[in-house]
Amino acid sequence: MRYDLTQIESWIPEGSRVLDLGCGDGAFLSRLQETRRVQGMGLELDPENLIAATQRGVDIVQQDMDQGLSNFPKSSFEIVVLAHALQVLHRPDKVLQDMVRIGREAIVTFPNFGHWRCRLHLGLTGRMPVSKDLPYHWYDTPNIHFCTVKDFEALCADLNIEIIDRDIVSGPTTALFKQLLPNLFGSTAIFRIKACD
Amino acid sequence: MVQAGDVGLVTAAREVFSETLTLTSGRTLAGFELITETYGQLNAQRSNAVLICHALSGNHHAAGRYDLSDPKPGWWDLHIGPGKAIDTNRFFVVSLNNLGGCDGSSGPNTMNSATEQPWGPDFPQVSVSDWVTTQVMLAERLGIESWAAVIGGSLGGMQALHWAVHYPERVRNCVALAAAAKLTAQNIAFNEIARQAILSDPDWLTGHYQRETVTPTRGLSLARMVGHLTYMSADGMSDRFGRDTRTPSETIDSDETVFQVESYLRYQGKQFSTRFDANTYLLMTRALDRFDIAADFNDSLNDAMAVTTSRMLIIAFSSDWRFSPARSQELVDALLASGRPVSYAEIETDAGHDAFLLDEPHYTGLFTAWMQQVVI
Repeated sequence: MRYDLTQIESWIPEGSRVLDLGCGDGAFLSRLQETRRVQGMGLELDPENLIAATQRGVDIVQQDMDQGLSNFPKSSFEIVVLAHALQVLHRPDKVLQDMVRIGREAIVTFPNFGHWRCRLHLGLTGRMPVSKDLPYHWYDTPNIHFCTVKDFEALCADLNIEIIDRDIVSGPTTALFKQLLPNLFGSTAIFRIKACD
Repeated sequence: MVQAGDVGLVTAAREVFSETLTLTSGRTLAGFELITETYGQLNAQRSNAVLICHALSGNHHAAGRYDLSDPKPGWWDLHIGPGKAIDTNRFFVVSLNNLGGCDGSSGPNTMNSATEQPWGPDFPQVSVSDWVTTQVMLAERLGIESWAAVIGGSLGGMQALHWAVHYPERVRNCVALAAAAKLTAQNIAFNEIARQAILSDPDWLTGHYQRETVTPTRGLSLARMVGHLTYMSADGMSDRFGRDTRTPSETIDSDETVFQVESYLRYQGKQFSTRFDANTYLLMTRALDRFDIAADFNDSLNDAMAVTTSRMLIIAFSSDWRFSPARSQELVDALLASGRPVSYAEIETDAGHDAFLLDEPHYTGLFTAWMQQVVI
């Protein structure tokens, strides 16, 4: 399992109601239903994924997050998850606001564009980074809103969103570097957030 | 020939209910009959029964053939059978002709024992609620305490919703396809045009046509043409017919059809008028118009959906403008508002409202996957 998902799993309370935005084939929710006995619901657009998630016994609603999530009532879930999808949204800020409204807590993961490899690539070659993790070109990428750990934290402050917890996934870098300079050495950021009281 | 995946040869059964039925209108029926069909085997725990609710012009013959020479199987044969979405290897499937129908269940074209005349227009107006009441009686007759699933499309989906809201303890899973919580003004308007087509036929005879051994086929045919048109989408019709012509006509007052689409619609209307009863058409469309799942909940759809306890599958079809995806979305939103579990998809298709009868890959795939999760 992807590391960010392992971390998310450890933050999910037993038996909670979990909404997974962009749940893909439902594998993660299905796992949470087994390991955490959650009441899961997934949001997904792709019809093949809808079928795959349903085959796994996951309730799934076909809906485009970019069209808003106002049909989900306030505090209707304990946890709302957005794993590796923030960067494909048209208005990540609006979705984040919806997430902390719908869930008592929300968990967001995204690739950190402030990672040293990205900086080095842009700095040295003068071109947008293309890597194993981010294999697209600037013109064909679905990832239209990259941000860095610092950008995300600034946005949370602007939106009055409290950061409860943060974990940074890095490559073979030492843990010390990651701890000291997460925005430089973290490749994936995992945030646990909620609306400020 | 019977193919793998088919339920094979089937026979209809008649269930006679002698008790007096009080309808929502206040009128009573001193007994009634329902024609049914079943497919698959009821298990020992009686926990694998699935109810199929039919739409406006449907009946009990949902799958299989009566005879190997039948040109067509039942109306939902694509989705009922071994290994299909409604898998008869797992489920015991019950299908019926609704009360007021015209395929053998008590209705306008059957005998009123009090007068020894066909009921005709004197058959009482029934409602979706009355249909579900009679389906509850049928379930009790068959020894089915709770349905593994109640399933329907269009008007059938409305019955499934009524079951889920009014008999939550008897429905474990509910599937509403191309359905709505209630009809829109535009939808009622189409039904009214259809009714006026029937009422304006000289052979209508205030509904007593059966006594005179005539049928208002022109009115019924026109009603069906209007209906059928609204069940298709503009793109679907363009793809299928375009502006293809048949025989060129030289005279402007000719009744010949010029375009393929005209010929198609006339054929559909004519076929329908030979198999359907005009009084039943009026009764069915009125039941459809009056249905409102929120009516008993101070018009709150959220409150209505909040009392359901079943797993729910709602499916809409992108080009369905008679029961548009927005109507299904209302149901989904009401379920979400009450924290009810629901699965929802809008299937991309140009087949319009009738898509629920067809085998669209994403629709069939999702429907099948969802039904596989039904616990029996």
